[in-house]
Amino acid sequence: MATKILVAVKQVTALDEDFEIRADGRDVDADFFLRDLNEWDDFSLEEAVKIKEAGGEVEVVVVTVGPEEADESLRKCLAKGADRAIRIWDEAMEGSDSQAIARVLAAAVQQQNPDLVFAGVQSSDHSFASTGIALAGLLNWPHAAVVNQFEFSPGATQAVIRRELEGGVLQMMSIDLPAVLSIQLGINTPRYASLRTIKQAAAKPIEQVGLSDLGLSATDVGEAGSASRVRRMYIPEKGRAEMIEGSLAEQAAKLAAIIKEFKGASA
Amino acid sequence: MSGILVIAEHRRGELRPVSLELIAGAESLKASGGGPLTVALVGPAPDVFVNALKVAGVDEIITVAAGTGDFDPDTQAAAVSAVIAARSPSLVLIPHSVDAFGYAAVLAAQGGYGFATDVFKIEFDQGSWVATRGGYGQKVNVELDFPAKAVVLLTVRAAVYKPAEGSSNPTVTALPVPGASVHVRPGEYVEMSQADDVDMTAAEFIMSIGRGIGEEARIPQFRELADAMGATLGCSRPIADSGWLPKSRQVGQSGKTASACKLYIAMGISGAIQHLAGMKHVSTIVAVNADPGASIFSVAKYGIVGDIMEFGEELKTHF
Ligand SMILES: Cc1cc2nc3c(=O)[nH]c(=O)nc-3n(C[C@H](O)[C@H](O)[C@H](O)COP(=O)(O)OP(=O)(O)OC[C@H]3O[C@@H](n4cnc5c(N)ncnc54)[C@H](O)[C@@H]3O)c2cc1C
Ligand SMILES: Nc1ncnc2c1ncn2[C@@H]1O[C@H](COP(=O)(O)O)[C@@H](O)[C@H]1O
Repeated sequence: MATKILVAVKQVTALDEDFEIRADGRDVDADFFLRDLNEWDDFSLEEAVKIKEAGGEVEVVVVTVGPEEADESLRKCLAKGADRAIRIWDEAMEGSDSQAIARVLAAAVQQQNPDLVFAGVQSSDHSFASTGIALAGLLNWPHAAVVNQFEFSPGATQAVIRRELEGGVLQMMSIDLPAVLSIQLGINTPRYASLRTIKQAAAKPIEQVGLSDLGLSATDVGEAGSASRVRRMYIPEKGRAEMIEGSLAEQAAKLAAIIKEFKGASA
Repeated sequence: MSGILVIAEHRRGELRPVSLELIAGAESLKASGGGPLTVALVGPAPDVFVNALKVAGVDEIITVAAGTGDFDPDTQAAAVSAVIAARSPSLVLIPHSVDAFGYAAVLAAQGGYGFATDVFKIEFDQGSWVATRGGYGQKVNVELDFPAKAVVLLTVRAAVYKPAEGSSNPTVTALPVPGASVHVRPGEYVEMSQADDVDMTAAEFIMSIGRGIGEEARIPQFRELADAMGATLGCSRPIADSGWLPKSRQVGQSGKTASACKLYIAMGISGAIQHLAGMKHVSTIVAVNADPGASIFSVAKYGIVGDIMEFGEELKTHF
């Protein structure tokens, strides 16, 4: 029987320079959004594709919860080796936090019935570091976070993982399958898509899934289904940095003087 | 629902210092949000940590004898969930640590709690908990509340509160908890290999490079600059993950702490919280970054907005 790996991917949002807060004060104005595939998800997708390439019958399915523009990130995943892509969206999902997203993903997992679920350790925009593990909690699946090595053979009932702890310490663990793993940066070297695979990906269908397809209702998602609510978003007071201005030469001279003074004092 | 519960953390037989920071945070909230302040600890012989937790403000210490002493998410979640059920706190604080990444979200999902992670400010405002965290790569602050949630669980950033000191005379309770079904079995610890002879923790002057250098071919240029200035060359995580510099030069949460450093120059590093964890204590931090909004400028003493390639060339002429 084929092994199915579901990879949850997120299209993250970076901010343009000089961004502004939205009129209601609860988010940044969408005019300043720059979107891309979450960096962590590049690594988890690569890990799944590597398992596929190692042999056996393996299907890699990427799934995202997001509006139409998230198709772009899914196509990137298709170009890098995913077999299928699913995009789940309904306007009611707007404003979902990581717990609400996890609820949507849990419903998708129940339908797709994969053998493994990969998520990224965190998203580079909001860094909740919790969606994948919340999903495991809802499914009652075995789970491990911050995995930076994964030894698995298709069909196995257990896998060996290595967890990355603080301060350069790693820990080996064994985990029962099926499981949800949150995958850490550096676990592998993500590939670049080739022009040929990018072209092929552009022609592949993206499966569209809505709220009722998953048996969910509007109150399960969005703000109503979230574990927190944004009261206010604001730009923090800039810290204490004294900006060194002037021409390039002047700036370099000033820093050189700071360095020389430091070295003089510590000599 | 009342009171604050702090989950203490230990690893390899040692209490993790962040536990005392969270107790101090909880202590400061007792006046507004209400006590009692309970500290819970899970482990096969949790009593060994009890004395270290008898710090100012603690009303009760709950020990749960469970697990092997090495973290596993199932034992931890089952034990903490039992403590929450036994004491019904309105606020639960857990360190925003790698261990917490593995179970805090499970508790929130299964318990239906209010939940936020990597929180760096907590207030009690008109009868409700309010938490502040960063957003969009720490470029904004996000203030959250938790409507209709009886229990709010927060994972709290390290080094926000000063470790609790002083002493208290808390009640100590051993709470029996039924065994969890464990699906993850901890094994041996491995130290990240030292492929290099440098000791970042001993260096007094560090120049670190980040993803802003763009390509590997530019490493030699920055290595020469560091040598000329007499600085130890360090890096952020993507540079080490790409193999451009050895992992032993990575500064940050999962790398090295620049413990002895007095002057730290960050070149093309955005200032992610995990990088800051290894260097934000340094007394003189200089950041050079093309983005005037980079969050590294909020911890730097001096900032320069510009291109590190050009700037590096220019700086080199002085040495
Ligand atoms: C559990 C965990 C542990 C982690 N541990 C660590 C750790 O120990 N250490 C660590 O560093 N990270 C760690 N990270 C990763 C961290 O979250 C960030 O991804 C990382 O620090 C980003 O590195 P960076 O600043 O070099 O890259 P980026 O965030 O990509 O920033 C690059 C910066 O360079 C600037 N730039 C680009 N071009 C130029 C130019 N020509 N001139 C000047 N500036 C330029 C950009 O404006 C940007 O600010 C960890 C993450 C997790 C989840
Ligand atoms: N909207 C989403 N759609 C699919 N996966 C997501 C979504 N948001 C978060 N994830 C997954 O959860 C991981 C961690 O994100 P977070 O918990 O938001 O920091 C990401 O790397 C994804 O794997």
